[in-house]
Amino acid sequence: MLNTIKQVFRSPRFLIGFIIFALMLLTVIFYPLFVKADPLAMVGNGNFFKPGTYVNVSETVTANRYTLNVDVSGAAKLDRQLNESDRSKMADWLIRFGGVDEAEIDTSDSVALVELWKNNYSPDADQPGLISTDKKSFERLDKRIDEILSSSGIIIATEEEDGTLTESETIDETSYVNINDLATTQTFVLGTDNFGRDVLTELVAATTTSLRIGLIAGLIATAIGLILGLIAGYLGGLVDDIITFITNLFTVIPSFVILILISYSVGQSARGVGLVAMIIGFTSWTWTTRSVRSQVISLRNRDHVNLSKLSGHSMFRIIFTDILPYIASYVVMALILQISSGILAEAQLSMLGLGPATTKTATLGLMMNWAMQYSAHLNGSWWAYFPVILTIALISFSLNLMNTGLDQVFNPQLRD
Amino acid sequence: MSDKKTTGVAPAAPAAPAAAARPSCLRGTGVTKVFGFGETRTVAVDHVDFDFHEGEIISIVGESGSGKTTISKMLLGLISVTEGQIDFQGKPRDISSHKKKNEYWKGIQAIFQDPFSSFNMFNKIDAVLLDCINMRGGKNLPKEEKVRLMTEACSFVNLKYAELTNKYPFELSGGQMQRLMIARIFLLKPKILLADEPTSMIDACSRATILDMLLKLRDEINMTIIFITHDIGLAYYISDSVYIMEHGKFVESGGADEVILTPKADYTKRLISDVPKIYEEWDLSTV
Amino acid sequence: MGKIMLEVKDLKTKYVTRFHEDVYAVDGVSLTIEEGKSLGIAGESGCGKSTLALSLMGYYFAPLHYMSGDIIVDGTNISGMKPDDVRHKILGNEIAYIPQAAMNALNPTQKIIRFIEDVIHAHDPKASKKDIYDLAKQRFEVLGLPPEVLQKHAVELSGGMKQRTVIAISTILSPKVLIADEPSSALDVTSQKMVIKMMRELMEKGFIHSMIFITHELPLLYNVTDDIMVMYAGQIVERGTAREMVFDPIHPYSKGLMGSIIVPEAGTRDQKLTAIPGTPPNLKHPPAGCRFADRCKYATAECKGATVAMKDFDNGRSYRCRYSVDHLREVYADE
Repeated sequence: MLNTIKQVFRSPRFLIGFIIFALMLLTVIFYPLFVKADPLAMVGNGNFFKPGTYVNVSETVTANRYTLNVDVSGAAKLDRQLNESDRSKMADWLIRFGGVDEAEIDTSDSVALVELWKNNYSPDADQPGLISTDKKSFERLDKRIDEILSSSGIIIATEEEDGTLTESETIDETSYVNINDLATTQTFVLGTDNFGRDVLTELVAATTTSLRIGLIAGLIATAIGLILGLIAGYLGGLVDDIITFITNLFTVIPSFVILILISYSVGQSARGVGLVAMIIGFTSWTWTTRSVRSQVISLRNRDHVNLSKLSGHSMFRIIFTDILPYIASYVVMALILQISSGILAEAQLSMLGLGPATTKTATLGLMMNWAMQYSAHLNGSWWAYFPVILTIALISFSLNLMNTGLDQVFNPQLRD
Repeated sequence: MSDKKTTGVAPAAPAAPAAAARPSCLRGTGVTKVFGFGETRTVAVDHVDFDFHEGEIISIVGESGSGKTTISKMLLGLISVTEGQIDFQGKPRDISSHKKKNEYWKGIQAIFQDPFSSFNMFNKIDAVLLDCINMRGGKNLPKEEKVRLMTEACSFVNLKYAELTNKYPFELSGGQMQRLMIARIFLLKPKILLADEPTSMIDACSRATILDMLLKLRDEINMTIIFITHDIGLAYYISDSVYIMEHGKFVESGGADEVILTPKADYTKRLISDVPKIYEEWDLSTV
Repeated sequence: MGKIMLEVKDLKTKYVTRFHEDVYAVDGVSLTIEEGKSLGIAGESGCGKSTLALSLMGYYFAPLHYMSGDIIVDGTNISGMKPDDVRHKILGNEIAYIPQAAMNALNPTQKIIRFIEDVIHAHDPKASKKDIYDLAKQRFEVLGLPPEVLQKHAVELSGGMKQRTVIAISTILSPKVLIADEPSSALDVTSQKMVIKMMRELMEKGFIHSMIFITHELPLLYNVTDDIMVMYAGQIVERGTAREMVFDPIHPYSKGLMGSIIVPEAGTRDQKLTAIPGTPPNLKHPPAGCRFADRCKYATAECKGATVAMKDFDNGRSYRCRYSVDHLREVYADE
């Protein structure tokens, strides 16, 4: 036994898969211990805030101010604040809709570029082929350029009792605050989602729930598959025929269709995380049954089983001591695959809007669903869905890698 | 019986006992096994009659596909008999319930071809032997007595119990495992032992040991041994009477010397002529 | 003395296990075979006889590794050649190899004649299909195989016919040495006899110039080969003609092996079978002295001390034992 485990850990595939999976598990376990905030608290008022550190504006006004000697002329500011992608975006618009010749544009000269832009850009221009989000993003860019050009120090005013404003101080463009002086900053490593929730914290919580769904679904599917497979394979005859018939029936009806039908028929209100996990489990046992059955049939005719019968052992004893240990490694591998496919099934169901009907818990599939419904993929909010895709991919990659590793150890024909 | 154990090596040539003088141990009339139905219907064993006597070594010789494995499973009661009757010790065999089967299996036991697949590799050797003691009703014996019985069984097959305890079967060689199977039979002391190709997976030099032990079982416990083999030379060496099987039927049967040295059936003649010889010229022109 | 077809000098090869342990499966084997002669190799499973067969091809692939020694086929030393050269120039042409499961190596989607074309084209890319067919047809007829087989697929042939076809295909280029490793063990006795008959014909008609035949079935070996060599724990322990080896073995191990022969002939029942107790040594750590000493009933402490070299006696026979031939014969006669 110990030797087998040693061999398993000698397999590089299993080891890599195991390390990835263990790291994810550790994150999922320890992250909530350090970040105690409610993972689903709506922090942001608005949707899809970019990843980054958010600073309290009023605090920056009152904070200790430092003067740094930087060039504040218009050209320098434009150089600093218009980045490469802004410039190429501008150039692109000018060529396509502004009627400007490509040769005239020099994106490295920001002053000339802005001048061209100001002369040619109009939000009302005919912009064939642009969707409204893109049009809006150009409008925002135009507004930003105006701000950069116009601003020249901000005046802070205090409101008197009669309602008049009195200038109390002016903030120069050379004024800076040190981020360490600010007491209230908020960092969103992966930004916020459509409900204004911190994506990272939500992702950790969602991974926990999805793993739980996978585990429940996998255990249910493996248990049903194992029991039916053992009975069908060992007893044979009519019992085998009936079980094989039912299994075939479930195999030919695409399980995804059954999943959708069940999910739909139990209704919105009843469809919690646990129920979805059970639905997935109860529809994915067929191939475990088939493969356990065929393994048991070949074991049933082995001499040690015959000998056990000749020794007068009962059927249950034969199944538990002479058959189960031989297929144990196989069942573990099947369980791993079932967990992985359970997580994927949940993601697929939720994407279609048939997952857990809740906004109180997050699952990986629900996060995808929310991001999709709020067009995160269209307005460039990659942080709302890309980390989720990566997590799903890593989970199934690591589980499948562990499975192939185990296969290499337990299936002598695949050994090198 | 245990004082007889010290007699050492068994006689090499088994003395052919007078068949008629010994009571019948296992008798079959019209035993048939049919697998499948309709187009897939195959008659594996076709109305065979046999009569095995107590204390005899009987060989059933056949090539692969002749139905010898099917008949051995029927004799053991592992598969049902389609047609015909088997009498065990003069009375019709009754294996209709699990309890009656267990009773029958106290009288007939088996050794199989492949020692590596005969053991449950998750059980220790002690467990295999203890199981036999329990089956013989020795469940409540004191521990020392159980150890004594196991030691005795192991020494019967020239194994040392002290070296085997706490080991797993796969830590032994094929020959040692097959000897352990014989130790199991020694503990169970059935009336009949069915040995299904017990030496075909074993090296020639360990083969002699196994054969000697089978002879010793017959001589010391008066066990009836049904020896199933494809090797006609082996059958000739070990058995008192020989049944030659072809396509589910016995084509010839009788005393070993009679069948092998003066074969009458064409199939037996062919089988014997096709096996390489060392004393006579092996005639290759006949194929 | 005929021309020497195969000469092997002190060949050593090893297996490297998955846990990077070395298993010395062939440990210093030397042998010669003359033209027109056949040599049988006998021994228990795990004695290294199949590994020797693989090693003699000169084509090594993991986990088998070449260590030292020479393999000289008809004057050409192939042990130093590159694996690809060995495969292209030697295999099929100079050395042919037939394993036990050879008949399962035929691709079921191709006709038999295609395999023969492949074999010939590998060595003579210009040969025309017509010439190949004529050659194959003639060869099959001589060997008693129906020429219709050439146009059939492997699945249409019985096990014995498949095995004979594979042997005919492998020897189509008339190799200098044919190495057959248990070529008939998986077959029923009648097919086995046909395979043996065909191999004899190959030798008699000169389609193969010499043969090495490996089997654990001693009566078969006795009937097929001129000489028999007994291997134990990766080394040769005795060599002699088939008759001498079966009826007058000298080495205690050969004596035990030959004493276990069972044939369906008068006299078998009166014979006392010999059994060799114990198991062969682990070839990861072969014992220092005589490798058989642990299982030999004549062994003394001296046997375990020093290695024993092969000694020649009589007329071309040799054995590996500390005792003299006369002493051993005397001991055997006393029993």
